[in-house]
Amino acid sequence: MTESSTLVKPACYHCGDDCLTTEFVSDSKQFCCHGCESVYNILAGSGMCSYYGYNSHPGATRARVDKRFDYLSEPSILSELLDYTDDRISIITLYIPHIHCSSCLWLLEQLNNFSPAIHYSRVDFLKKQLIVRFDNRQYTLQQLVELLYDIGYEPLISLQDIIKKQNTADKGNLVQRIAVAGFCFGNVMLLSFPEYFGLSVYEQTFKHFFGYINILFSLPVVFYSGRGYFVSAWNNLKAKVLNIDFPLALGIAVLFGRTVIENLAHTGAGFADTLCGLVFFLLVGKFVQQKTYHHISFERDYRSFFPVAVQVLVNGVEKPLPLAKLVMGQRMVIRHNEIIPADAILLKGQALIDFSFVTGESVPVNRTLGEIIYAGGRQTGEAIELEVVKPVSQSYLTQLWNNEAFTRKQDNRMKTFNETVSKYFTVVLIIIAVASLLAWLPFNYRTGIDAFTAVLIVACPCALALSTPFTMSAALGIFDRNRFYLKNTAVVEQLARVDTLVMDKTGTITNGTSKRIILGGDLTDRQQQIIYTACRNSIHPLSRMITQYLGEMRALDITEYKEIPGKGINATIAGHKVQVGSGNLIFGYFFETKQMTRVHLMIDGEYLGYFGFDQEYREGMDNIGLLATDYDLYLLSGDQDHERNELVRFFHNDAKMFFGKSPQQKLDIIKNLQQNGHKVMMLGDGLNDSGALKQSDLGIAVTDNVNNFSPGSDAILDGQSFNKLPAFLRFSKDTVKIIHLSFLISLTYNLVGLSYAVTGRLSPLVAAILMPLSTVTIISFTTLATHFAAKKRKLI
Amino acid sequence: MNIIYFLIGCSVLMALIFLGAFFWAQRSGQNDDLYTPSMRILLDDELKDDKK
Repeated sequence: MTESSTLVKPACYHCGDDCLTTEFVSDSKQFCCHGCESVYNILAGSGMCSYYGYNSHPGATRARVDKRFDYLSEPSILSELLDYTDDRISIITLYIPHIHCSSCLWLLEQLNNFSPAIHYSRVDFLKKQLIVRFDNRQYTLQQLVELLYDIGYEPLISLQDIIKKQNTADKGNLVQRIAVAGFCFGNVMLLSFPEYFGLSVYEQTFKHFFGYINILFSLPVVFYSGRGYFVSAWNNLKAKVLNIDFPLALGIAVLFGRTVIENLAHTGAGFADTLCGLVFFLLVGKFVQQKTYHHISFERDYRSFFPVAVQVLVNGVEKPLPLAKLVMGQRMVIRHNEIIPADAILLKGQALIDFSFVTGESVPVNRTLGEIIYAGGRQTGEAIELEVVKPVSQSYLTQLWNNEAFTRKQDNRMKTFNETVSKYFTVVLIIIAVASLLAWLPFNYRTGIDAFTAVLIVACPCALALSTPFTMSAALGIFDRNRFYLKNTAVVEQLARVDTLVMDKTGTITNGTSKRIILGGDLTDRQQQIIYTACRNSIHPLSRMITQYLGEMRALDITEYKEIPGKGINATIAGHKVQVGSGNLIFGYFFETKQMTRVHLMIDGEYLGYFGFDQEYREGMDNIGLLATDYDLYLLSGDQDHERNELVRFFHNDAKMFFGKSPQQKLDIIKNLQQNGHKVMMLGDGLNDSGALKQSDLGIAVTDNVNNFSPGSDAILDGQSFNKLPAFLRFSKDTVKIIHLSFLISLTYNLVGLSYAVTGRLSPLVAAILMPLSTVTIISFTTLATHFAAKKRKLI
Repeated sequence: MNIIYFLIGCSVLMALIFLGAFFWAQRSGQNDDLYTPSMRILLDDELKDDKK
């Protein structure tokens, strides 16, 4: 036994998985399955083997083989999918999740070697997109997708293409505003230098000339680049809210006004340089804050995972039908690995449905004929036939979406520090400005007005407006690097403020796929071989895990084999009668301890023991347990309380563990906690948590695949980084501290400027130095401090 | 010194041309994907053995 386990299994040349058998060999290269081998043969046949030269094992595993793209010849579906088409060429953008290395890039940009009808193929690596232009007289979309499938790059086709929509949302406008502001800023600086260094008397005509050009340059800055601030300030005033845009807009307006008046009246040089710099830096801050994740969407719902079309039986003939046209009473055919798109009754075939998409539980469940199967399950095994009982839009899965938590507007979110502060800031600023005006008025009204405007200019909260975006974007970058993806920068502050953590069990604190497997009892080598043979022929996930556990062996002869759904396997192998399965099959009654799922083994009527399957908790659960001192820790599970004793180790308090809760109950528990004044962070996965995620103050979807379903979540946490959660929480607190500190720094600058301003003697030079200086200080302080904090929490 | 008027006119005109070029690049999508070209450049062209 020890010998066989130390034997190193060769890795598949294509995908890098372990090769369990030596069956698949081509050109003396080992493959794990027929799928991988065939991809290799296709590539080798086209002389494209450099694919393997750039990276080792670049391929996706092709263990599951099913090929159904007939629906891509439906004209109505085609017209929705294609970006552009005329009578000669078509252009399509495909989302291919497997794109991950330079080999992918190389291969996908050489598609024209497979068919000359493909004119052009370009990869956008970060978005994982492929743009293909092909001749639609010689080639069809179906052929293209089949080709991609054959070479191991199956595109994810869905009609609700969020990614595409998200990427067309235009960010370019902001870039152009920055470009204009930067352009004017540079030119204005150049023209202002003579003023700073002083002009001799006979050069005074230049001074006016420069002044006029400065006014010209300020125009686009104020009315094109800075327009957003005026609009936002006005909207907020109408809504009776004072946010930071109000003093900013005021500052811009005053700067512009004084520049125009001083230059036209020849009383001074104005503040054109400060104005352009201010708008430029503000817009850069805005740009930095707008971080987009190219491949992640936080609003993915069930629709983006449903197929585009489904095969229906019409008069005994299968034909593809767009999902939206599916009506009650139709018979659909669902094959291996296809998702059932509507609630339906099972009519034919052996249904073994994987509901991981809905519940997070990955062990498939059996359904018997005549039972209703809810939408969202994925069939594993043979093809089944079902009759639709509810249209797609009214199925159980979609009904959850109509829950009030999803339609309710999000107004319970916490106010950010910036929002709170800027309200007081604006009030204080206006009081100081008016006070200095009133103080000067009895003596000299001109100085009064100078002082009034100078206060508004100097106290313009540029640094304050920049401190949050720069700190947050640095923090977001750190989180991103640790595979924790936040929806926007405000989430960091929410993260710092939560005091209650609620966790789902299945898929969240347990690893969705891997379970620990324990052999209860002793097996001889011969017995192991027999069990291996029996399980090898079954596609049930538990059987697969057993074969993996036993390792590679020689299969024996099978004379009789029968798999009973939901029970196990009856077989005669090499003359031995073998039974592998549940207690029900072997003992005739349901014999199940509460601790774990067991597969019992019996050979020739002799009970040999069992394989136990145990949930494995995610790495770092112990760290999470330690959080109980600072946070209220709750467990909220839809499962029964099998694991209560094991889990109390982490959660410490039995009363804070809830089991057997429905999605609605989960939502209600969260609501209840909130009503008791808690700020609740919910960690969950799957559809059954979506209500709770949405209701909580901060909903985090924990997933092993970021492209998975993530309804209404504020953040997505990759399962691999689950153990870093305590560090994330601490780091978010550090970040908020940094924002407070940088606020103090910017306030200091404001005070220094104010001491000049109230006297009414603000020279353009002081303003022009003070503004960029404070900006640079804030940017460098926040960036350095964030990195330092991340180092302290071991996140970089 | 009146040459300064002309020189400033020239410099602003040049700057405007560059700004226009940037706008054109932005609109035509040249800045949409800033990552993939950095990988693409590392890939070699195939050596065509059959041509010799």
